[in-house]
Amino acid sequence: MSLVNYATREITCKIVYYGPGRSGKTTNLHYIYGQVPADRKGQMVSLATQTDRTLFFDFLPIDLGTISGFTTRFQLYTVPGQVYYQTTRKLVLQGADGVVFVADSQARQLDENIESMQDLHANLADHGVDARAIPLVIQYNKRDLPGDLILPVATLGDALNFRGVPAFEADALHGAGVFETLRGISELVLRRLSATTGDG
Amino acid sequence: MDESRASFERFVVGANNRLAVAAARAVAESPGSTYNPLFIYGAHGLGKSHLLGAVVEQAAALWPELEVLREDGAHFASAHEAALASGELEAFLAGFKRAGMLLVDDLQHLEGHPAAQVDLAHIVDALVESGRQVLLAADRQPAGIEHFDEALLRTVSQGLQVDVSAPDYETRSAILRRMLTEQGLSLAPDVVEDLAKREYKDIGELQAALAPLAEAQKKPAPQLNTGEFESFLGDIQVVVQQHVESWRGRLREAIAYWQAEGYRTGVLERALELPRAPDVTGLTGTFSAAVEHLRNLERQARQVDPSLVGHAVFRDPERMLEAEDLVERALAGDAPAKGPSPAFARDAFEVGASNQLAVHAADAVVAEPAVRYNPLVLYGPSGVGKTHLVNAIGNALLEQAAASGGAAAVVACVNAQQLVDELIEAVQQGSVEQWRARYRSVTALIVDDIQFLGGKERTQEEFFTVFNALIDARKQVILTSDRVPADITDLESRLRSRFEGGLVVPIQSPDRALRERLFARFLQDAGSTPGEEVLHALGEPPVQSVREIIGTVHRLSAASESLGQPITVEMMRRELGGVAPATPTPTMVEVVRDAQPFLDLEKVVWDWPDVGARLIEEVR
Repeated sequence: MSLVNYATREITCKIVYYGPGRSGKTTNLHYIYGQVPADRKGQMVSLATQTDRTLFFDFLPIDLGTISGFTTRFQLYTVPGQVYYQTTRKLVLQGADGVVFVADSQARQLDENIESMQDLHANLADHGVDARAIPLVIQYNKRDLPGDLILPVATLGDALNFRGVPAFEADALHGAGVFETLRGISELVLRRLSATTGDG
Repeated sequence: MDESRASFERFVVGANNRLAVAAARAVAESPGSTYNPLFIYGAHGLGKSHLLGAVVEQAAALWPELEVLREDGAHFASAHEAALASGELEAFLAGFKRAGMLLVDDLQHLEGHPAAQVDLAHIVDALVESGRQVLLAADRQPAGIEHFDEALLRTVSQGLQVDVSAPDYETRSAILRRMLTEQGLSLAPDVVEDLAKREYKDIGELQAALAPLAEAQKKPAPQLNTGEFESFLGDIQVVVQQHVESWRGRLREAIAYWQAEGYRTGVLERALELPRAPDVTGLTGTFSAAVEHLRNLERQARQVDPSLVGHAVFRDPERMLEAEDLVERALAGDAPAKGPSPAFARDAFEVGASNQLAVHAADAVVAEPAVRYNPLVLYGPSGVGKTHLVNAIGNALLEQAAASGGAAAVVACVNAQQLVDELIEAVQQGSVEQWRARYRSVTALIVDDIQFLGGKERTQEEFFTVFNALIDARKQVILTSDRVPADITDLESRLRSRFEGGLVVPIQSPDRALRERLFARFLQDAGSTPGEEVLHALGEPPVQSVREIIGTVHRLSAASESLGQPITVEMMRRELGGVAPATPTPTMVEVVRDAQPFLDLEKVVWDWPDVGARLIEEVR
């Protein structure tokens, strides 16, 4: 997809929230949805099962208005984390301008986090996207849980953030770190314009 | 656990405690009739006290008259010791013996209190024997309690001993959920699952695990912070301004625009790689101009071969030369137009009063093609040098273009009859487009003898189109005719008016002076050097055309050569006899003479009577 359309003066960012099942991807979108003024957001589309686990994907369009003459829109997607929805994940990931990897800080979810990160890299590769090149941030979610349930950020970073991408601690349920994460990925995506050609 | 709220309803039953719960419930419902005494044992924190509390609650509900006494092992021991010391032991014991139901928890705390154990054994015996319910609980089996009174042990053994073990995963999950509900907490199912999977020594640990969650969730819910989004928006604006609206941004804007228009933008894309800002305005302006040129080329190509429209070379300014070449080849068709004959040179054209005007106009055309006289129409009888002059113009234009080092000139020089024949052939072969292209692509078009166009309707139609295209494109057109355009029969008025829209110039039959010069030159070319007398005699009779002069020269040269004598007046009269041209000089000579002001480069109004449709030309 075209990130910046200079002909129509539009900026459209497709940001995909990726991560294992139940890590809090949809919770991120719900929080953002709750914070964005009504006239700035489209209807949040969420296809979910009866157990509230995302089976298809969530889609939240946000209109950031006109910035420097550019009509700017963000499109936030989540992928289903469950391993058996590989096809959907791959489909949603297509054309992504940036990826937020939402990791579950719970110790017992470490393997799922790693598996999901590997899955992300594989799907990006299938789309011909170099995982080292696409803007990516990691969110360590559920930091509000008791310390004995979750892993230290350093441990999670050792396992997941081997590229040293920007990482954010979050409690998506209550909103802590949600916008910091979105801000992080947005800036990466927009800065990529100049990053690919040198600083303008 | 707040045992004041103990009840069987709140007690989570699992495989680990099912038997104990059933026995306790039976005891509560039918005190003294079953399982008496009932001894429940199990590790601390597994719900024994809750069960005892549930029994008390249930029994009180079912048997309001029943005096239920609940005691704790440690308390009993200390109270017993105190009563013994104060001499009130009997009264102390009597109080227990009056109970309708006695429950003693944490019996293990009677360890080291043998007297208390003995007295408790008496109490239990008395109650059981009288049919009153006794329910004991300890963290271990009776036999495991050190120095447990044997009498008490026997009594307990007569009843039911059941254990409460650690809850399994499902029971823990159920306990957690109940706790969450009771405490008004909300945890994601996976968190509950995670907590339940952990091994706990007792329910107290489970409760402890929930404590921080409860504390966290008791925090006031975060207020909707509308500033959070605005802050985010502000940051994004900064980023966009810094990274999108830069000079690269303007370049990308141009790239996006031209790509959307279908053009390749490699040159602009490479500019993006420059470390410093180039002249973006100049760069994009040049690119725009290049695209416009490509569009013009494509338009030209479309007229020749519509299939060329959209060709890749017309979409890439970096392939401009290829595009120009493609158009040139397309316009040229499969056979290039015939050019001027190199045999006709301007220097070889003798100028006299009879052709002075035409020569002057021809020189002006060479000096400024398509500027002053376009079209230039030369008319006059056959053989007066029209063909020579226009071919000379064509050659001069070619030489001039070659000398300038600019784009190569393409000068077509054809006879009108040839034009007609070519078109007929093109119609037969379905290549009219190529025919048109052939003549539209030229730098200058010279058509000799346009009187042959008369009556050739299709040729006139096609030539009209070509003519207009060339004039519009500021390409020189030169025409010759044996008569003025107005006199060409069956010539469309629109063509005639266009021909007359340029400069219509006559070339007359050579005047005497010119005739003499022509004779002198041709004879000299033939190897003779006639005297003035001969030239005077030769030039005396008028001729219709230069061809007559050439014919006379050929005859005289042959005679001179055969006789081995130079040409003399006598030889001339002998050879030519009375063959003096008798045709009178056409009236056009008179016209020219009358047009003396014209020769003096004054304004001329040609064919005065129909001034509205005629040429008004300023010769200057």
